[in-house]
Amino acid sequence: MSNHYYHGLAKSMMFTIILVSFTPLLIIALLAGYQYSVAYKGKVVAHLRELVLKHDQNVDSYLKEKIAEIQVLADVEGIANLKSEVRLEALHNSLLRHHRGDFVDLGLVNSKGIQVAYVGPFNLRGANYAEAEWFKNVQERQVYVSDVFLGLRGVPHFIIAVLIESKGEKWVLRTTLDFIMFNKLVEDIRIGETGLAFIINRNGEFQTTPRKDIIKEVPFLKELAAGKNEFSGFVQRRGSISMETNPATGQETIFVISPIKNGNWLMIYQQDVSDAFSDLNQARNIAAVVLLLGGIAIIAMAYLMSKRMARKVELSDLEKDMMNEQVIEAGKLASVGELAAGIAHEINNPVAIMVEEAGWIQDLLEEGLYVDDNEREVSRALNQIRSQGTRCKDITHKLLSFAHKIDPTIIRVCLNDLIHEMAELCEQRAKYANVNIETSLADNLPEVAASPSELQQVLLNLINNAIDSMDPGGGELDIATRFENGVVSVSISDTGCGIAKSNLSRIFDPFFTTKPVGKGTGLGLSIIYGIVSKMKGEITVKSALEKGTVFTLKLPLAGLELEQDEKSANSGCVL
Amino acid sequence: MLATILLIDDEHGFVDTMSKRLSKRSLTVHTAYNGQEGLEALAENSGIDAVVLDVKMPGINGIDVLKIIKTEYPLVEVIMLTGHATVESAIDGMKNGAFDYMLKPCEMEELLSKIKDAYLKKQSQESKIYEARARHIELRRGD
Repeated sequence: MSNHYYHGLAKSMMFTIILVSFTPLLIIALLAGYQYSVAYKGKVVAHLRELVLKHDQNVDSYLKEKIAEIQVLADVEGIANLKSEVRLEALHNSLLRHHRGDFVDLGLVNSKGIQVAYVGPFNLRGANYAEAEWFKNVQERQVYVSDVFLGLRGVPHFIIAVLIESKGEKWVLRTTLDFIMFNKLVEDIRIGETGLAFIINRNGEFQTTPRKDIIKEVPFLKELAAGKNEFSGFVQRRGSISMETNPATGQETIFVISPIKNGNWLMIYQQDVSDAFSDLNQARNIAAVVLLLGGIAIIAMAYLMSKRMARKVELSDLEKDMMNEQVIEAGKLASVGELAAGIAHEINNPVAIMVEEAGWIQDLLEEGLYVDDNEREVSRALNQIRSQGTRCKDITHKLLSFAHKIDPTIIRVCLNDLIHEMAELCEQRAKYANVNIETSLADNLPEVAASPSELQQVLLNLINNAIDSMDPGGGELDIATRFENGVVSVSISDTGCGIAKSNLSRIFDPFFTTKPVGKGTGLGLSIIYGIVSKMKGEITVKSALEKGTVFTLKLPLAGLELEQDEKSANSGCVL
Repeated sequence: MLATILLIDDEHGFVDTMSKRLSKRSLTVHTAYNGQEGLEALAENSGIDAVVLDVKMPGINGIDVLKIIKTEYPLVEVIMLTGHATVESAIDGMKNGAFDYMLKPCEMEELLSKIKDAYLKKQSQESKIYEARARHIELRRGD
């Protein structure tokens, strides 16, 4: 077979190995990767949500605690006490002791908005808050927590104000909460490189300072805080999660949003998706590298293995071809063996005649050469010896032309001539088996493409088998050639014992024989089948018990390719 | 030795030359070129003492001819002549009553010796038969 075939075989084996190795690997990698990714993302998002829920609760608790403290003061202390700055300072000090400086100052504002009593770091006694937003709001709501604002002191702060009604007059107890302490409640929420938390009011104004500058996000945050667009659903529920492209950064970002302070503020945690899932991405990268290295190893292994296997197949095919040639050679020797009996007789007869003629000459010479007709008789005997010698030479030539080494080269062959030669070779054997060989050969039979020595082997085996099937009763052996529908065929029919129907399908199997042990190897027909198949021909058999058998060979015509090959080899029809 | 023999072989050249050589040695030689002709010659010539018979012949082969001869002419001795130096064909012939066998090509002296032995054996057999017949006649006369 050609190198092209083995290259193709190696390729096909390589692709099969790669496919078989990669398919489960990729399926497992994709499925496991997907499952892991979903589980990991779920876990991360749940963790972030948990974190935000915990902190929004902390903020709410912080505010409620501070409100409660001021409400207690408002309820327990009378206006008289609260008007006293000494008392107010004592209360403030007490608050500072218990709340680590959260309460920056404490003041009492009358119904006109004038702060009548004040303790704290600023000089705000007598300050007028009549127009302050918080002052107006507390009149309506009893308790009010303001947004962060700069106010009179010019620094960010926010206040808690509680309305007190005493003797028909309205007072407001107010305290300023330490913005820095409050900021820390949220500022500490930080995960990864981009994770940060902050609080905004419904106008999108920061109530805490984000740990990095996100001023570019303000328009987006304003929309978010107002519950516009796609965020409308998120600002109502605690721990709402959204994964959107942050327009300010262009990055896909996780937002965890929780309303606090009765929905007036929003606690927002945001983190870039790539940062939040960085471990997952890292694991993916590692898996990809492992997969890539594994893939390279598989491809390299598949390449080497397929090369090696194709080489082994090639070697084994070579060995098989050599074995086939040896089997054909052995089969040929077996055929020669079968012929040997006939050949020995055929050679022995002329030899015996020559010996007798020589003896006769000797007898005549003893009498005297010139006595009677002795000279003429000696001359005749010598001619007979020459003629029998020539007969011996013809026999040995015929045998040698068959017995030379098998050459599998396919060339143009004149089938009729080859059949004549084989029929002559078997003539003696047929004669003693009382078999009459008839040939009916088509005129102008085109040449076929075959190895002459192998085709000789095929014809001889079939003729020998036919003679065997008719021995000892004898019969008719017809060899006919035909050219029909562009196919050259030769049929060898006998009137022998035939082949049982049950054996017909097995006759081309190696070692199948119906001959007695020691008489046949069972290889003849299998060798024929192998040779004919190799020549791209076809062999068929028809048989009826006690009536005979017909073997038909169909052989390929010698095509143009062969003609060109032969022209280049400068050879014609060889026999 | 004035033996009469019959040569049966499908090789004309062999039969003709062998016939001439044997005739020169004072033998009466009849020839036949196949089994059928041989049997006919036997039927026509009652004085044949021995048959030199080729084993491998087309038509009726030597072994079958031998069987017929031994059935129909039991006193005629048969020397099998074969180009097949196979022990099987020789043994087959001996089993079927052949006097001896020779391989082709054969030495004239050896063949003559075997023909002589066969002739003597036939003579001896015939003598015994004559004696037995004579004794039988005398016994009947004695009655």
